Amino acid sequence: MTVDEAPAPTQKAAGGEHALSIEDLELAYKVRGVPREVLRGVTFHVRPGEAYGLVGESGCGKSTTAYAALRYLPSNGVITGGRILVGGQDVTRMSEKQLRRFRATEASMVYQDPGSALNPTVKIGRQVSEAFTILGRNGKDALEAARNALKRVRIADPDRVMQRYPHQLSGGMQQRVVIAMALACDPRLLVLDEPTTGLDATVEAEVLDLVRTLRNETDAAILLIAHNLGVIRSMCDRVGVMYAGKIVEEGDAVEVFEAPKHPYTVGLLQCLPRHGVRKSQRALFTIPGTLPQIGTDLPTCVYVDRCALADDLCRTEVPPVVHVEVGHTESRSDAAHFSRCHHIDRLEQIPEPLSEDNENLLKGKVVIKMEDVSKTFRQRGHDVPALVGIQLDVGGGETLGLVGESGSGKTTLAKVMLGIYEPDAGSEITLDEHLLAGKAMNRPPADMRAMQMVFQNPDSALNRTWSVRRILKRTVNKLTGIKGDEADRRIETLADALRLTPRHLDMRPRQLSGGLKQRVAIARAFAGDPRLVVCDEPTSALDVSVQAAILNLLSDLQSNESTSYLFISHDLGVVRYLADRIIVMYLGRLQEEGTTDQIFDGPHHPYTEALLSAVPSVDGEPSKRIRLSGEIPSPANPPSGCVFHTRCHRFIEGTCDVIEPPVVEIEPGHRIRCHLSVEELGQTQVAV
Amino acid sequence: MSMGVPPPIASGAAAVVEAEAARAVSDDVLGEAGPGSHVPIDMRAERRQARKERRRLLLRRPGFVIGFLILAFWIVCAIGGDKITPNPPLVSVDAGGLSPRAGFLMGTDVLGRDVLSRVMAGARDVLIVAPIAATLSVAAGTMLGLLMGYYRGWVDEVLSRLVEVLLSIPVVLMALLIVATLGSSRLVVIMTVAVLFTPIVTRTVRAATLAESQLDYVTSARLRGEGGLFVMLREILPNIRPTILVEYTVRIGYAVFTVATLSFLGAGIKPPSPDWGLAVADNYQLIQSGQWWGTLFPALAIASVVIATNLVADSIEAVISS
Repeated sequence: MTVDEAPAPTQKAAGGEHALSIEDLELAYKVRGVPREVLRGVTFHVRPGEAYGLVGESGCGKSTTAYAALRYLPSNGVITGGRILVGGQDVTRMSEKQLRRFRATEASMVYQDPGSALNPTVKIGRQVSEAFTILGRNGKDALEAARNALKRVRIADPDRVMQRYPHQLSGGMQQRVVIAMALACDPRLLVLDEPTTGLDATVEAEVLDLVRTLRNETDAAILLIAHNLGVIRSMCDRVGVMYAGKIVEEGDAVEVFEAPKHPYTVGLLQCLPRHGVRKSQRALFTIPGTLPQIGTDLPTCVYVDRCALADDLCRTEVPPVVHVEVGHTESRSDAAHFSRCHHIDRLEQIPEPLSEDNENLLKGKVVIKMEDVSKTFRQRGHDVPALVGIQLDVGGGETLGLVGESGSGKTTLAKVMLGIYEPDAGSEITLDEHLLAGKAMNRPPADMRAMQMVFQNPDSALNRTWSVRRILKRTVNKLTGIKGDEADRRIETLADALRLTPRHLDMRPRQLSGGLKQRVAIARAFAGDPRLVVCDEPTSALDVSVQAAILNLLSDLQSNESTSYLFISHDLGVVRYLADRIIVMYLGRLQEEGTTDQIFDGPHHPYTEALLSAVPSVDGEPSKRIRLSGEIPSPANPPSGCVFHTRCHRFIEGTCDVIEPPVVEIEPGHRIRCHLSVEELGQTQVAV
Repeated sequence: MSMGVPPPIASGAAAVVEAEAARAVSDDVLGEAGPGSHVPIDMRAERRQARKERRRLLLRRPGFVIGFLILAFWIVCAIGGDKITPNPPLVSVDAGGLSPRAGFLMGTDVLGRDVLSRVMAGARDVLIVAPIAATLSVAAGTMLGLLMGYYRGWVDEVLSRLVEVLLSIPVVLMALLIVATLGSSRLVVIMTVAVLFTPIVTRTVRAATLAESQLDYVTSARLRGEGGLFVMLREILPNIRPTILVEYTVRIGYAVFTVATLSFLGAGIKPPSPDWGLAVADNYQLIQSGQWWGTLFPALAIASVVIATNLVADSIEAVISS
């Protein structure tokens, strides 16, 4: 199952006619009758067989551009200028009838959430065959075509899948079905809008592999929208960086990510924790400010208000399109590389965050310890073990990272620790060496106060009818018993630490941006001076620029208050940046535990190895990739022996499926649950 | 770094320093705040503004305006009673069975009473009984729905079965049974309708509460040690208020309908009240002899109130969900 990386996509039909040509596209949304500009002259071309990626923060207009290519616009969206040519036809001038025909035969789209793109009440077989009946095939013929389409997207057992309803399929399978439908008409243009967002890294890798192989089979031009720069780098030939409705930089994908030529691209890339940088080494770069509101008047450089290099010239003159010498060794094409910037020669002056050296931060003694913690849910008369024999501890001021696919029990573990779920009898959770009650409501206030949580989705974590002040004040009251003026002072100190202004305190959550909401949630978690804060994917719903600010804050708070974190994330780059130690979970069991360096440097548990190699990175691909086949088994019916053996690429028949492997400490603090010896584990190392 | 201010000498280093200073101030600007709006805003004024905006949106909907005007008319009639009717509603003013004509726009009934005056005065009973019944049922249903949706488990199981039992009996049949047993008075009618509507409201509120309880802010409240009552009433209730408001308006409409039905069946309000249901019951047999006006106008009155409340409810729902 170890495969070499797919060869860099080849250029097909170089030159010649463009499959998609967007020329000077201007688009506005009418808000109360006033048109507000969203796209301000977007121009790019995609050749047949080429993959073009669009990146940028949310709100920059990348999705609008993608939808405009098929003229899927909300009723208040108006194209005010420019042309969209697909195979030579101008989409902006089509009649409704032509447009229907065009969408049926020439262009397809794959959406972000496959679950909502499929009709939940129609079986897969009929749903896929509908895509063919539209093209004029009759019933039986269409069903046969549907079967072939599913085979084409590498679904092993199409007949069985066709009998299923969408909810009976996993997210990865659903996305395959959607892709099969999109390819039904053999489109000239295929638009993929965040096709793997919301899927697990391992599943994401599978879907991306599929798209990569399909590219060699079709001649479609691909327009890919993704906020994950790693996905874009691994999938696209060329990339366009969008800001405020304009493409500010365009070029070969490798070239742009390796040698960015626009301050915005430089900023975006620097926001990411890359090259194994750790919080102890330096803070993350953040881009100050936010995207301008749609419809704002931006006469010159659109990025001027957030740019570190901006000067008088940037405010008075429209920046020229500067062409850059192409010449990176890994370049996938000889595509022109350009940037709209006055100061392309001054990019190295963009300030980088100062390096700091906190490696010697004292780790306090153990704050929380879990011994032999299990949690079994009862579902329809069956026992479903969600956690089995968990053993872990978190030291004072330490960050323990928790990784694993969804369904591996990460969130259950956190909720058991917090007392939201009561663990099975025999489990022991101790806080500062005293035993904790299983249920939160049975814990004394001091214990409640010691542990708080930051949730994944700040929209759901804050009561939308409460003001920020009320949220914080109530929490301070309940956790610390402080009331009245003193509580107000405490709130102000808290808000200040999280860089919230008094103005924010009187607002309701919906008036705040995603990043501000998450700060309020963090302020709430810190209201009672907790010993440990559980962070459940706190930045996964945020843009990279906001993510960097939040991660910096978390890291600052930790060094000031010496709080411990249990940090759950599927983003290994983020975990690597923040965590001191990492635990890898699979099916409710610990598979590997070690310091961050031990986990990333190896030797790895085979599952860890697979997780590490699945992640597409902005820094290029790992040399070897390990693909996990199949889906995570149901915890209600775990595999015999080693629970991972059904998907393991190093499975030993007769051993792994019979005997549960022991946990072996291969070096101080580095424990692995596997039958393989240290030497064997060390042999197939992925370069990360 | 605002535009228009004369910039410092555009050396690279100066620009960088400037940018750093800007970063220190904030790295996350508010969505709604325009440049330079650092003046503190009175939040109460802002909320008042929001209410005003909602009112404006409501008034722009023709459905709401029509519904509101119809209801306003009937409320005036109910308050004014026989003081504003053209003729006294309870006594005979002319020959019986006169068809609509000048002086008696809706004709007279068999007893020679003015139908128009009776229809106007008839608003009073229905407009007292129906809203009270609806209010009671919404209050009870909200409490039960919150309990079921928040605690789930056996509380939900037991109450759900009870609700299903009540829902499985036809409303009119049940109402007749209660009124027959307890005798008919205004109070009995109110209580009957309230009890019969409670399960329906309960189900709506339970569904909304279930969805709301899944949200993390509820978990967060529990993590700071809040009790169940606080979470239900202070955290969840404000968030499901729009759902309850819409349900309430719809219930008023149905309560009007049910009260009229009970009167029609003789189980509600007693003669000689000019109640609409009663009036329909008294007169519908005369339709065959050509005297349609005694039935049609009270029936139209019932229909107009039900339709008007539904128009208002629809508009409120549309404005809230937009």
